[in-house]
Amino acid sequence: MSQTIVAPTAEDPVPTTVQPPPNLSRRLRAGMTSSPAYMGVILVVLFLFFTIMRPDTFASLFNLRNIFLDAATLMILATGMTYVMIAGGFDLSIGSVLVFAGVCGAKTMEAMGTNTVFTLVAGLAVSLLAGGAWGLFNGFCISRLRVSALITTLGSMGAALGMAYLVTGGNDVRTVPKMLMTIGHGTVFGVPWLVVITTVVAIVAGVVLHMTKFGRHTFLVGSNPEAARRAGINVQRHVLLLYGLSGLLAGLAAMLSLGRFSTTTLEGHGTDPLEAVTAVVLGGTSLYGGSGSIIGTVVGVFIPAVLANGFIIMGVQPFWQMVVIGFVVIAAVYVDQLKRQSRDRV
Amino acid sequence: MQPPPADTASSASVAPGPVAVLEARGIVKRFGHVEALRGVDFEAHAGEVTALIGDNGAGKSTLVKILSGVYQATAGNILLDGCNVTFNSPSDAHALGIETVYQDLSVAPDLTPSANMFMGRELVLPGLLGKFGFLDNARMRRESAEAFQRLKVSLKDIDMPIASLSGGQRQSVAICRSIMWAKQVVFMDEPTAALGVVQTRRTLELVRRICDTGVAVVLISHNMRDVLEVADTIEVLRLGRRIARLRNNNISIQDLVGAMTGALDSTADEQVTA
Ligand SMILES: Nc1ncnc2c1ncn2[C@@H]1O[C@H](COP(=O)(O)OP(=O)(O)OP(=O)(O)O)[C@@H](O)[C@H]1O
Ligand SMILES: [Mg+2]
Repeated sequence: MSQTIVAPTAEDPVPTTVQPPPNLSRRLRAGMTSSPAYMGVILVVLFLFFTIMRPDTFASLFNLRNIFLDAATLMILATGMTYVMIAGGFDLSIGSVLVFAGVCGAKTMEAMGTNTVFTLVAGLAVSLLAGGAWGLFNGFCISRLRVSALITTLGSMGAALGMAYLVTGGNDVRTVPKMLMTIGHGTVFGVPWLVVITTVVAIVAGVVLHMTKFGRHTFLVGSNPEAARRAGINVQRHVLLLYGLSGLLAGLAAMLSLGRFSTTTLEGHGTDPLEAVTAVVLGGTSLYGGSGSIIGTVVGVFIPAVLANGFIIMGVQPFWQMVVIGFVVIAAVYVDQLKRQSRDRV
Repeated sequence: MQPPPADTASSASVAPGPVAVLEARGIVKRFGHVEALRGVDFEAHAGEVTALIGDNGAGKSTLVKILSGVYQATAGNILLDGCNVTFNSPSDAHALGIETVYQDLSVAPDLTPSANMFMGRELVLPGLLGKFGFLDNARMRRESAEAFQRLKVSLKDIDMPIASLSGGQRQSVAICRSIMWAKQVVFMDEPTAALGVVQTRRTLELVRRICDTGVAVVLISHNMRDVLEVADTIEVLRLGRRIARLRNNNISIQDLVGAMTGALDSTADEQVTA
């Protein structure tokens, strides 16, 4: 930038304001009014409520571990969904892609018939490959062929599940190597493997989203794709990669699910994408793209999980959780819209 | 963002050279059956303000988008410093020092001013972290704040999303961004449209100051008073054609309106020949 532009005019009526350095208290205030913060408070309140009501059942180590284990695969799916939704997209296919990738991985390991680290790695590689390929297919249709994300991933949802049924003949694959079950049930220093893996994935995803160029471009693409394109960002490629990432994470979730349940659970993932969207939206990621966070999604995954678990422990019919969460999601989106309206003044 | 040394920049600003820094010849642009441009000629000179005027739908924005690499021309040539160039994307134009303030601003409302200033040109941290694409947010924030200060744009809070700014402030951010990066040409498509009186004055002053650094400024405006105040040359578009190229001396608003609407089809010797 050229210094000659500076030339200050003496009679400038408005004083130049020097920007203060990022002010911690102001930042804190901005953080406190964000959706993740509200939802975080709700999560803590729920947690305390159930702990006080049922101190020795709800707050037991066993029960907490169960909550975490139940949330693990959903967390991984919701991580991918967060990226896709921040970029203004949507992915309905992740549940079916999970099943398809799991079937591919399980079939591979079954065919190998061994129980070594190599078996595991091969299964994982095939599962990731299968998931990633579906994701890239979605991304290709959406970014290049310009089919809407909703329709593309709706189509993939059916197609991926159909292919999983074709490969298995409709019967779940139940021969899972012992070593994978160790991952599914074992612990490191008392912490279940699933929780360790999920935490690592969430942290890496959060760091990449909020601190790197890739993450910044994800926000830009969601906020104003045309502006991003004019700024030289390869929007098509970025969108392709994001759906690929979503599929890849579904592949990873598939292996974790296999390890936990020792079966491909063909029937068990129909509502996964909806649960993931619920978590992402509860966590304050905008349906319109452009804003969101991984930490918000973590909170959004745990609110329904804690609620369901707490209701069961308190003897309340667990179906109430579905009712409550349903209305809370609607409220969350309504609040997001209100915020946008008050913000988008011209 | 390499700032050119101040002295060389201002020395280039004396008189327009014989060769236009950016020139368009016979640009045709069709959108399906709509022929938005029908063989437009255009030139912009270093250190000069070229105003591009014309009625609504004359093709001004379309021409600017072609010269910024957003659209590709159906036919015609673009010359930079007398050499043929083709822009396959806006990055190609950026690489050659051409920046644009679009009529629709082209900002990301959910992101901060600094993220918008460095959109697509994010600075990364030095060393290994930078190789992994880690952003140097502190530096981008600092440099943006400096640019705003230098261009006298006051924003209440530089860490808030752009959407919470007023329309004029958003426009100012878009203007600052293009000025920060431009080395050869800045296109400004109605940059004062959302601005108040004070901010409009400042933007026009700014336009003069930028072109004094040797950059060619192309200003699109519907405000003829502003045009006559800052422009050195005025190019008039009508129905996808350039119908006049006027030097800004002794011409009146009536002349401009006449040229735009075609009521006054001979401004005698000042009109472009051939
Ligand atoms: N993407 C597009 N698709 C189809 N037609 C277009 C497109 N962009 C512009 N046009 C047409 O091209 C013509 C010129 O439009 P343009 O936006 O360049 O006008 P303008 O001179 O900038 O007008 P204004 O002063 O209102 O901004 C118009 O008739 C418009 O309908
Ligand atoms: Mg226009």
